[in-house]
Amino acid sequence: MNPETDTHLKNYDTQKYPDASGHFGVYGGRYVAETLMPALIELEEAYHRFLPDPTFQKALSDLLQNYTGRPTPLFLARRLTESVGGAAIYLKREDLTHTGAHKINNTLGQTLLASFMGKKKVIAETGAGQHGVATATTAALFGMECKVFMGVEDIERQAPNVKRMKLLGAEVVPVDSGTGTLKDAMNEALRYWVAAVRDTFYVIGSVAGPHPYPVMVREFQKIIGQEAKAQILEQAGRLPDLLVACVGGGSNAMGLFYPFINDPDVAMLGAEAAGTGIHTGKHAATLCAGTIGVLHGSKSYLLQDHRGQIQEAHSVSAGLDYPGVGPEHSLFKDIQRVKYIGVTDEEALNAFSALCRLEGIIPALESSHALAAAMIEAKNRPKDEIVLVNLSGRGDKDLGIVSRFL
Amino acid sequence: MNRLQHTFNTLAEKKEKALVGFITAGDPDVETSLKIIRAMCENGMDILEMGVPFSDPSADGPVIQRSSNRALKHQVSLETVMEMIRRIRTFTSIPIIIFSYYNPIIAYGMGKFQPDAVAAGADGVLVVDLPMEESAELTSLWEKKDFSLINLVAPTTPRDRMANIAAASSGFLYLVSKTGVTGSDGLDTSEINTQMEILRSVTNLPVCVGFGISTAEDVATVASMADGVVIGSAFERLIEENLENPELATILGRRTGEYKAATRL
Repeated sequence: MNPETDTHLKNYDTQKYPDASGHFGVYGGRYVAETLMPALIELEEAYHRFLPDPTFQKALSDLLQNYTGRPTPLFLARRLTESVGGAAIYLKREDLTHTGAHKINNTLGQTLLASFMGKKKVIAETGAGQHGVATATTAALFGMECKVFMGVEDIERQAPNVKRMKLLGAEVVPVDSGTGTLKDAMNEALRYWVAAVRDTFYVIGSVAGPHPYPVMVREFQKIIGQEAKAQILEQAGRLPDLLVACVGGGSNAMGLFYPFINDPDVAMLGAEAAGTGIHTGKHAATLCAGTIGVLHGSKSYLLQDHRGQIQEAHSVSAGLDYPGVGPEHSLFKDIQRVKYIGVTDEEALNAFSALCRLEGIIPALESSHALAAAMIEAKNRPKDEIVLVNLSGRGDKDLGIVSRFL
Repeated sequence: MNRLQHTFNTLAEKKEKALVGFITAGDPDVETSLKIIRAMCENGMDILEMGVPFSDPSADGPVIQRSSNRALKHQVSLETVMEMIRRIRTFTSIPIIIFSYYNPIIAYGMGKFQPDAVAAGADGVLVVDLPMEESAELTSLWEKKDFSLINLVAPTTPRDRMANIAAASSGFLYLVSKTGVTGSDGLDTSEINTQMEILRSVTNLPVCVGFGISTAEDVATVASMADGVVIGSAFERLIEENLENPELATILGRRTGEYKAATRL
């Protein structure tokens, strides 16, 4: 890993990105079959109509507070900081939300929007199962029918979440095409949506997919960064020097980063899954090692071969095991507003153990990637600096996998 | 006059409709695929759609997904498809449309795709996941304009949007007969009728209808309403059922002949 994160842009024009048709520079857009275009246009119109509606906003903030348990705490990890021996490490505790990950911020927003649009059915894709659980949860809350598409490989490695979804009344649809992981689940969800588009709302779980999903998911996740900003100002009296989050599709990172985007002294670091090492080819580090292409409705960096065939991603963490990434992250990379690095399975597992033993917190394997990057960064920074990490989810779902390694 | 216009004019004089055949290029392998295409041409196929295999065909049902996988096992790429078109041009003059997802075209090279396709002998392209709003980034690079961008219209497409899509299209329009992926069963005749009436009121372009058409009766029904009938999954299913059969190309040719007979009014 390269600890240098000092390149950042002074001004990110938030009005300019995305443009009216959903482009973040050359990225984003809407690359879908014609059958879905009218539904995306309808969704975009509904989003712009209902989002500013005070009734919508009041309902959402009430649910975020009283159902999800927001605001989540910002916690100074003293023993971890001491053990690393550098900058202070603060944890934004998204693992303490209802359902145990940041995903619920977005599914509440989208399911509420679906109900304002009069839809009665929702579908979702899931990798680690956290987005599936969060969608199943909010669907139950709103009395909606819910189908979750999940790769067979992920069904096996995230079994507890499959049980949760079923308990919550959702139907889990196994997807065995392709590699049986998140990308295939998303293909299958898109196929289902094409047939059911007239009465079904597709709840996409990351800042990926066709416009307006990247901007909508950013909107529903930015509460993470808004809260963190107020909390660090209250606790430390100043802004952090560095924000760190893991990046699969990139929603928790976007949620944390976006409210700080025009604070020039706040550097940002996205931790991608480097699997067994980027040089081994078995990784999911799309921004570090990918090239530009179109997958699942938007243009962004992708893991692909020179003929445009999508390559298999590899990570110990199912939630990061995706060969694409949200289009705005691709722009952040190009303009060097955020630095993206790879964190290996091994580094993530070590960080996982450290947090369990030093702070009594069991983090998700996804979040452990961010933690590993933050620990290396903190070590190289003076004690009076602040590194703020998004602890995006809790690790109960990962105990099966972790027990094989540790 | 280009090949597509010529084909539709000639068919109109003969009071026939176009039989448009979709084949995943290189399924099950390049040489067999070429034999299949040759047999289809010899049995009356009017327009060929060459499907470029893609690892993530999110608008296709299981039959075309599997055909794509079979072709990918032999590393069939857009380069391979260009080479196949060059070889197909030695035995037929029917219009050839490249049918692809967008990503293989981006990887091939946005600038060289169309000149290479024209040089190989293709007449147009249909990009499944490139809607009207995004297509200028590809078509603005085209210097030789006599290369058709075939666009899809769907049952969900509103009338105004149909008119805009038609205005941005050339060659013909492809009407998706139903909401769903390729290979979905069952034909909704009244839905097609409704869509055709709207389309006829907004464009003079020929309209070919696809999705869910699998029997000669289906072909006859659709031929009575539209200018052409697209068959894809039904051909691919036949390939899949006869992978080990030495008569594979003959079987596809025979089925093509049956469909073609149903396009003669």
